Formats: sequence, structure tokens, C-alpha cells
Amino acid sequence: MEDPKILTENVVDVPLRNVHKHDVIIIGAGLAGLWAAIKCKSAGLDTACMTKLSMPQRSHSTAAQGGIAASLGSLEEDHWEWHMFDTVKGSDFLADQDAAEILVKDAITVVREYEHMGAPFSRTPDGLIAQRKFGGHVKDFGRGGPVLRACYAADRTGHVLLHTLWQKAMELGVRFYTEMFAVSLITDGPKCAGVVTWDTKNGGLHAFKAKGTLIATGGYGRAWKITATSYSYTADGQYMALRAGVPLEDMEFFQFHPTGLFDRGILMTEGCRGEGGFLINDLGERFMKDYAPAKMELAPRDIVSRAITSEIEAGRGIKGGPYIHLDIRHLGAEIINTRLPQIREISIKFAGVDPIQEPIPIVPTAHYSMGGIPTDVDGRVLFDGKSQIFSGLYAAGECACVSVHGANRLGCNSTLDASVFGRRCGIAIVKDFPNLEHLPLEEDSAKMASEEIGFILNQKGSIKPEEIRNELQTGMQNYVAVFREEKGLSKMVSVIGDMHNKMSQMYISDKTLAYNTTLMEAMELRHLIAAAEAVTYGALSRTESRGAQARRDFPKRDDENWLKHTLYFRDKSGFRFDYKDVNLSRFVPEERKY
Amino acid sequence: MGNLYKLTIFRYDPDSNKTSTSKYEVEVTESHWTLLDVFRYIKNNLDDTLTFRYSCGQGICGSCAVTVNGRSILACETQMKFLDSFDLVIEPLRGFPVIRDLVVDHSLLDEKVRAVMPWLVCKKDPESDKERYQSIDDRAKLDGLYECIVCGSCIAACPTFWKNKTFLGPQSLLYACRFMLDSRDEGKNERFETLADKDGIYGCHTIFNCMEVCPKELNPGKAILELRKMFMNEES
Repeated sequence: MEDPKILTENVVDVPLRNVHKHDVIIIGAGLAGLWAAIKCKSAGLDTACMTKLSMPQRSHSTAAQGGIAASLGSLEEDHWEWHMFDTVKGSDFLADQDAAEILVKDAITVVREYEHMGAPFSRTPDGLIAQRKFGGHVKDFGRGGPVLRACYAADRTGHVLLHTLWQKAMELGVRFYTEMFAVSLITDGPKCAGVVTWDTKNGGLHAFKAKGTLIATGGYGRAWKITATSYSYTADGQYMALRAGVPLEDMEFFQFHPTGLFDRGILMTEGCRGEGGFLINDLGERFMKDYAPAKMELAPRDIVSRAITSEIEAGRGIKGGPYIHLDIRHLGAEIINTRLPQIREISIKFAGVDPIQEPIPIVPTAHYSMGGIPTDVDGRVLFDGKSQIFSGLYAAGECACVSVHGANRLGCNSTLDASVFGRRCGIAIVKDFPNLEHLPLEEDSAKMASEEIGFILNQKGSIKPEEIRNELQTGMQNYVAVFREEKGLSKMVSVIGDMHNKMSQMYISDKTLAYNTTLMEAMELRHLIAAAEAVTYGALSRTESRGAQARRDFPKRDDENWLKHTLYFRDKSGFRFDYKDVNLSRFVPEERKY
Repeated sequence: MGNLYKLTIFRYDPDSNKTSTSKYEVEVTESHWTLLDVFRYIKNNLDDTLTFRYSCGQGICGSCAVTVNGRSILACETQMKFLDSFDLVIEPLRGFPVIRDLVVDHSLLDEKVRAVMPWLVCKKDPESDKERYQSIDDRAKLDGLYECIVCGSCIAACPTFWKNKTFLGPQSLLYACRFMLDSRDEGKNERFETLADKDGIYGCHTIFNCMEVCPKELNPGKAILELRKMFMNEES
């Protein structure tokens, strides 16, 4: 995180192309960003939404498959209180319960608003929004069986939600900037004036002035080798926030989805198990009986991922190999073709396996960051991570930490989180707007971005970005994945040191400014390393096991010392931690069994 | 031992405004490698100036459509072993302005789709505390229409579009059909004002290249015929 130095000879000049001014700038065009854009634009604000991708529809939200959770009760009794209990228990009691309560109550409104905008949800025989079972979602405060709570559109739920929001935003006339890569926030203490971006298409920087700036840039699954996330999932927003002095909250909690297609890790939705699929080891056993006898395959993801990893480590992977089987053959061709068509398509295209005929080879895959930029329940960024509002700066979706997921997120609560808090954030910006102002741009507003890019373009080393990326992904996969212990985490610390040295000798030969994806990937690599550091140091310091943080050397949850959120601060001099209490407004922490 | 692929890739350098081709040889040893893996291998190991778009890596975001031996495909979901040749000529999507190498400017996709009002048109607000009724059968009419990932493959393969750039094209007409067949939509008449035209549903020459190349196995040609049928019924 040292400020890069510009070399003086043969410098590729980084031009500042344009200065734009809008009421609101939204960085990221996934579910969270588009919801906020729709709310701001509907209220008459001059709203611009940017994405580093070539269209809003390319956003990673489209990869969500299984559904969005809401206690609609289309098919059977359900209550928001049950949903809240499941979310809190799923979080291993680290979720802030005031936020979790808002999440599950707003869920009902949000899903209906999606339908009203035109989302083509699958339907029940009564013509209502169809719902399916999902892991950790059960009846009667954890006492009953699985409940039909995940609202879905076949297994393309993210796709239909994203496209529906984009359609609405287009109807309203939201201004989109595509292939516009946000590089640094323009700030003055805890006040945000806008953002400096790299114009991928033309090369060069732009400065965007806005009264309200929203970071909605998603996660960073690409820090691992096996991941279900897009190549573009690279912690861009988290990095910008860190550089503006904002801490990152609870970064040690990173979810591994149990069922990634072997060996890339492409998502095979939990909906496969929600519809009745089995997990099978080499002995042909449904091994979940040994780990979660009551909920079996529908236990929460952290538990299922540990079970699969344990089976593989014990040599019970298929033919002793590093994967097990997800078997949905018994659901039959009709259910598979109507409810899980994309799963079938992806299995055939990427693994050559037709799930109607054969079981699917799967392995846990890096999937979702529970941690992120700390916000209040309306998306306002907290400068100290606790209570001090960062004026004009907002965050929502996977890059933010409200915190509703605590140490482990339940399936279908991510599309929900992005939607609920993106929407609330838009409403909050409208509400805050009369008290926000356009801050003056200083002459050096673009300096930080210009130096970072100049540093990469003008570096004279010999190390290829790919070498460093490989080191990062291999290290995180080996040492900071489903299980962790001090020995491995310490190894990752030394890998991080090594990567920092190599970053200062990284060389790219492409010096063209226009559409230089090598430059972009080098910047993304820097962002990924910063996020991986936060995860690694957080995991090392938290000497307990809770949710997705499973320490082999500290296998028990330790409420006495660790029922608290981690806040990771980073500046030139290094990193430090602070902590904050968990909001426990409704449910008392208890032992977590399924 | 793997298979040796010889790739001839179209290049365009925006700085010099010059086009050229580059040749690369890549030995593929991993049986599940995709064309995107090969592109990334070239970029990371042989030539970091080779430029192409990609994002999801799982065939759902629509970023990586390119032309391979004359046919548009998604690089990320096409395994090398399923290509029918070891000699590959790779070009950008046809009919679009090129920005750099394999990257095209597809902003015209946005313009064309905007023209068909690709959103649900409702004359009055639905009741706020419940969803609208839609039967399973009515919802099933949208299957094969709503799944479009806007990759641009269909329009790049459309001879009518090659000749007539004002043709709305298969992608936006598929999108139009998705809304016209939605039991909740009330925008039929407004949309037909744009669609019932030689640049709309009557521009299509029913060649069905769009269906041939669609990576999601959708059939824009059929959707266009559906819209024609719907318009005839409206008129009579």
C-alpha cells in the first residue's frame, strides 16, 4: 500500500480527459447499484451509474442462480421472524440483529417490487411467485423442517433480477458510463466529492463530481484459484475505501460455496439441493449424516463446505480425488429441465457431464465476502467503522458490510442484501441530498489515480503480473480457504511480503492507453492483494472458529473474547485493528447445531 | 502430449489506426481448456498486447463473443476439443466498429433495444402488497425469450443487418417479443408502432443464422415470426 513513485524518464503521460458533474454517481451496475440508481432517478436527481464492464447486464449479479429469500408464504406458512432467526443463526450470531431485522422485513417489499417492474419469476399453480427450499432456511425458529422461502426464476434468478433493474433504469433515463473503471475517491477528510476513473475505451482519466457517491462494486473471489466469481471480481471498491481511510469490517469471513463445478469452481446452485439433490462420497454415502444429521444437505454453506473438504482430506473424494458428487439424477429430467436448466447447460459445457445421466463432480469454491465497507442500515459509510458518517459516501451490496451475514451468509440472502440495501441506500441519498454539497475539486484530485497508473505503465521490472497473480491465488487457496491455522496463515503473510516486493518490479509491455486490459488487470491485481491482506491478517488475529472462519488450532467459538466485529485499518505505516460490538437486539447466542 | 492449435488473430491498433494479423501456436494439454483459456494463456505468456473482452468465465455475462472460423461463439464456454479445426482464424464480431483487436463497440445494441421499449408497460400501478397473478402457462410463454445475455452473436450473424444497419435486428426483436407475450404487459400497440415496419419485424429475411449461432439456444427468428402473427391478428 506504499504510494507508488513515478519514474522520471520516458514517462507515459496519463491525460485527464474530462470533468463530469452529477447529483449522484453510482459505481457499479449490479443489483445494489441499479436499485440505488432507480430510487435516485425516480426522485428527480441527476443520476449517473458507471461500470467497468461493457454493459450493466455483464455485472456479476447475473451469476446468482438459486433465488432471493423472502417470507412471502406463497406455498406454506412463513414469517419474517423465522427468516430473521435463520439469518442470525446462520451468521453464527455475528450479524447485527437490527440490520438483519430490516433485511428480512424489507425482503417482502423488494421481491414484490421486482415483480411489479416485470421480473419473470417462476410461478406456483395459484399464479404466485414460486418458492423453493434453500440451506439454513427452516420453519419455526430453527425447530422445524426446511421452508419454501427462496423466490426464483428457474436457476437464472440473478439474470432476471439484473435485467429487470437495467430495463427499469433505462426506462427512467439513468445515464450510464460503461467501461469506466473507478480508481480513487476524491475526499477531504470524511467528506466525499466524487471519484476519479480510468476511461478504458479511450485511455485517460475522468473526474466525476457528485454530492452523493455510492460504491457498489461487488466482491473479490478472484483472490482464490478456485472461484465461482467473475474475472472482474477484484475488490476495486474495498481498495478505494481503504485508501480513503475507511476500515474494512469482518474480512476474515469469506464464504466457500459447497458446490462449485470441479475443477474451475463454477457455481452449481444450492437450488440443486433445495430441489432434493444429494451429496455423495466415494463410498456412495450421503456423508452429511455425519455432520448435520437433521438438516443433511440443506445445512448452511460453511458447514457443508467443511464436510466436503473433510471427506476429500480423509480420502473419500471420488476415486480418492479432490472432489465429490452432487447427484440430482433422481429428480428426473422434467424437474431438471424446468427448474435447473442452466445447471444442466453449464455441467455439459464445462465438465462434459449431463446431470440427468450422471452425478456432477463438485468442490467447494470461493464465493462471497461477508465482510466489507462498514455502513449504517441505510448504506452510509462509517469513517471510523462505528458511528462517524463519511459525508456523501455510500456503499451497498457485497462490497459493503452492514452487517447482515455476520460470519456466514445463508443462500439467497446475497441477492436480497444487494437489493434491500441498494434500495435503502438510494432512498437515503434522496433524503440526505438537501444537506449534501458539491465540494470543490482540488488541482491534485486526480493525482493518486494518475500516479498509480503511471507507476504501472512506467515500471521497468521483469516480473509478469500473471506470476504474482498465481502466487496470490495459490497462496490463498492453500492457506486461507475452508480451514485455516496459524502455520498456514503465517506462510500467507510471507507470500504477501514477497508479492509486495514483486509488485515494484512488475512489468507490462503494453503501453497503449486505449483499451489496455493488461493495465487494468495489473490494477485489479493490486486491489486483490489489498483485500487478501485484510482477509489473512483478520483470520490470523481471530483466534476462534465462527461461521466461515474455521481455525483448526482454535476449533471452538469464543463468545467471551470474540463476539465482536473486526475493523481493519490500513495506511502507509501498516495496519491496525479495532473492534465493535454486535447488535443483539432479539436473539441470544446459542450453540449452533443443524 | 496435447494438441497444437494455430491461431491467426485479427489485430487493430487504435494508436496507429492500422489492422494486421498475429499468429500464435498454443499446445493445449488440459482437456477442458476453453478458447478463453487459450486467449488468456497468450496474453499472460506470449503477448500481453492481445486485447479481448471477458468477465464471468461461465457463459452467462455475454462479454466474450468473437468470430471463430466465420462463426460467432462465446470464447469462455467453448472447449477447444469441440472446435472442428486446429487452425483457427479469430476475428471480432462482424458488423460492429472495432475498438481494439477483438473488442468491438456494441453501443448500437443498446440503441436498438431501447427502441422496442424493453420494459413492462403498465397503465396503472399494481397493488403494492401483492404480486400480480400470472399462470404457470402464461409464464412458460416467456421461456426461450427472457434468457438472452446480449452477447451480440445473433446480430453479428444476421445478413439483413450487414446490409441494412437500421434494421432493429434479432436481439432487440427477441427482447420485444419477451414483453409482447408477457400476460402482464399493456404496451402492445405502442410497440407495434415501431415494430411493424421494414426495419422491424418485416426486415427479417428468415435466414435463421441468429438461431444457429445463439449460445443460449434461443430462436430470435421464431420470435420475429411470432410478432408478425401477433400483428396480423391485431390488424384483422
